Amino acid sequence: MSAPDTPVKLAAPTTAPAEPVRQRTTGDRVATAGQWTLVWWRFRRHKLAMTGLVVTLLIYLMAIFADFVAPVPPHETNARYTYAPPQGIHLFLRGEDGGLSFAPHVLGYKVELDPVALRRTFVIDETKIIPIGLFVKGAPHKVLGLFPTDRHLIGAITPGDPFFLIGADRLGRDVFSRTVHGARISMSLGLVGVTLSLVIGTLLGGISGYLGGMVDATVQRVIEVIRSIPTIPLWMGLAASVPLTWHPLAVYFAITIILSLVGWTTIARIVRGKFLSLRSEDFVTAAELDGASRMRIIRVHMLPAMTSYIIAATTLAIPIMILSETALSFIGLGLQPPLISWGVLLKEAQNIRSLATAPWLFAPGVAVVIAVLSLSFLGDGLRDAADPYQR
Amino acid sequence: MVAYILRRVLIMAPTMVLISVIVFAVIQLPPGDYLDTLVAQMASQGDRVDDAQLAALRARYGLDQPLLVQYFRWISGIVLHGDFGQSFEWNKPIADLIMPRIGLTLAIASVVLFLTSIIAIPIGVYSAVRQYSIGDHLATLFGFIGLAVPNVLLTLGLLYITFITFGLEPGGLFSREYQNAPWSLGKVGDLVAHLWIPVVVLTLAGTAEVIRVMRATMLDELVKPYVETARAKGLSEVRLITRYPVRLALNPIVSKLGWMMPIILSSEAIVSVIVDIPTTGPLLLRALLAQDMYLAGAIILMLAFITVVGTLVSDVLLAVLDPRIRYA
Repeated sequence: MSAPDTPVKLAAPTTAPAEPVRQRTTGDRVATAGQWTLVWWRFRRHKLAMTGLVVTLLIYLMAIFADFVAPVPPHETNARYTYAPPQGIHLFLRGEDGGLSFAPHVLGYKVELDPVALRRTFVIDETKIIPIGLFVKGAPHKVLGLFPTDRHLIGAITPGDPFFLIGADRLGRDVFSRTVHGARISMSLGLVGVTLSLVIGTLLGGISGYLGGMVDATVQRVIEVIRSIPTIPLWMGLAASVPLTWHPLAVYFAITIILSLVGWTTIARIVRGKFLSLRSEDFVTAAELDGASRMRIIRVHMLPAMTSYIIAATTLAIPIMILSETALSFIGLGLQPPLISWGVLLKEAQNIRSLATAPWLFAPGVAVVIAVLSLSFLGDGLRDAADPYQR
Repeated sequence: MVAYILRRVLIMAPTMVLISVIVFAVIQLPPGDYLDTLVAQMASQGDRVDDAQLAALRARYGLDQPLLVQYFRWISGIVLHGDFGQSFEWNKPIADLIMPRIGLTLAIASVVLFLTSIIAIPIGVYSAVRQYSIGDHLATLFGFIGLAVPNVLLTLGLLYITFITFGLEPGGLFSREYQNAPWSLGKVGDLVAHLWIPVVVLTLAGTAEVIRVMRATMLDELVKPYVETARAKGLSEVRLITRYPVRLALNPIVSKLGWMMPIILSSEAIVSVIVDIPTTGPLLLRALLAQDMYLAGAIILMLAFITVVGTLVSDVLLAVLDPRIRYA
């Protein structure tokens, strides 16, 4: 099973002796490949995991360049377009002579007053054509916080024209732009939280697995206790003590720390299990007989052997963080506006009546599903590929 | 067996003590103490609290004592007299407030556990026996959806669909006409109409996980020699599977169900807040927002207690099913 997917014919009679590498058999290639090459070969064959990797990278790119990807700034309100429905993109325009020409555009709105409900309804106005394009000029922003520009990936060619790809919310803010910006906090919170969990988990799990005895028993008991408190109520209790007067950034870190306080237990368990099984491996005994110090054995011999497992467990922990943040922010105990995360955005969808008038408020939720699915597939693939020497 | 149960109960005690310490820490976390919040609230309503009353309250909760003493007062009240203290927001004993809600939470959790088992176990067995069939792929897909769609989104989606198709806004336990009516078939139906969303959401989330475990264990068991032996003996396939591998594969499921308790209780808190079911979840949220910390702490403590007992029950069940554990 550990053969790479490109089948190299056994002793294929190639005539070009100038390429000795090609002549190698599958067994040779596998035997000489490093651990990470093997992991990569194995991972590559997992199609869902590869898709997960690509989508995850795209989401992180979108988060990094959110200002550029989003057509308008996320806080820009527009009272004229409250709950404006999504505009479909039309690629071709029928000219006066009846011929089609390539001119991407969206159609503007006409506002009509519903005489019964006295509610404003938006009707697509066929005559109002709003040309759109790629790399258009818009609100100025700084790419990576360094390079000032006013270009946006997509948007209306005349700045200020309404362009709501997936609709507007109750203040007339563009839901698409806000969802793109939400990726910043939701996705980075997952990363920061997981890094924290990783540090605590590896440290405590490692100590627990390596030392054993009383220390191990204590750490295991602590983990058991933490895991038997239902997490969301515990998080709610902890998050409620974060003062409302704090700076949004401080709240962000406080929530991240709170999520990691529970998240580390899973990683600690995996690290401990690996330590226990590696401790009796021959290469560890060999290093011990060689007179290597404890720290050296852990650092040079044991940690590299379990890195791939830790990476897999860490990847699988990110979606849990994202889901938890969404839940906490949704009920109002996590992040608060003006911060934009997917959970904060979903809060707009809390009222069933506004959701019925504007189903596109679900968009941030769909973003959560895509992010969580791709991260889970990626993590699953990594877990399967973590031990390339298996089988 | 009795010795095993006793041992497990003895292990439970220190766990509960540690949990109570954590919960007490959560209670103490917000700045200021209970009385500061009380005074602030009464002042905002234009009331003045006289100093004698304050001093009496301070003594009642031992707020002038060191934290350790406060902790012992709090926990001994709970353990010895079932006294969780007083909720200042509701001005009622906390025990009276949470007990009916805990009952409902427990009822929902039990229904969810039951439904999860009777749905997930057969699907898991089928998935393993007919590996890579269309049904298996469907189950896997369903499992991934159950894992990836946040409960919040699923609940909102179901609420949205009911609202769009039936024009209903499910919230609370009963419709107005049944609120004070005696129990009848109609009232039961009304209850089901209000409770189905949380039950469906929570069941779906747990089912995915149980199917995964059941399928994996069954796949491990199906290739073992004893299956081959039974087949060679001429046992029919259905009898064979239900008699041997399923019985063995149920063991990890029993312990899994024990560990699902905290997950169900955890998600239940959020789902009930959205659908507005009077369980512990919405009460906890309200208590936290009002900084009624003793009430919030009591709820978290009780939820953790249910979890610990749930794990104990699943451990005992496991020991009943599997003699290897009993005599280990």
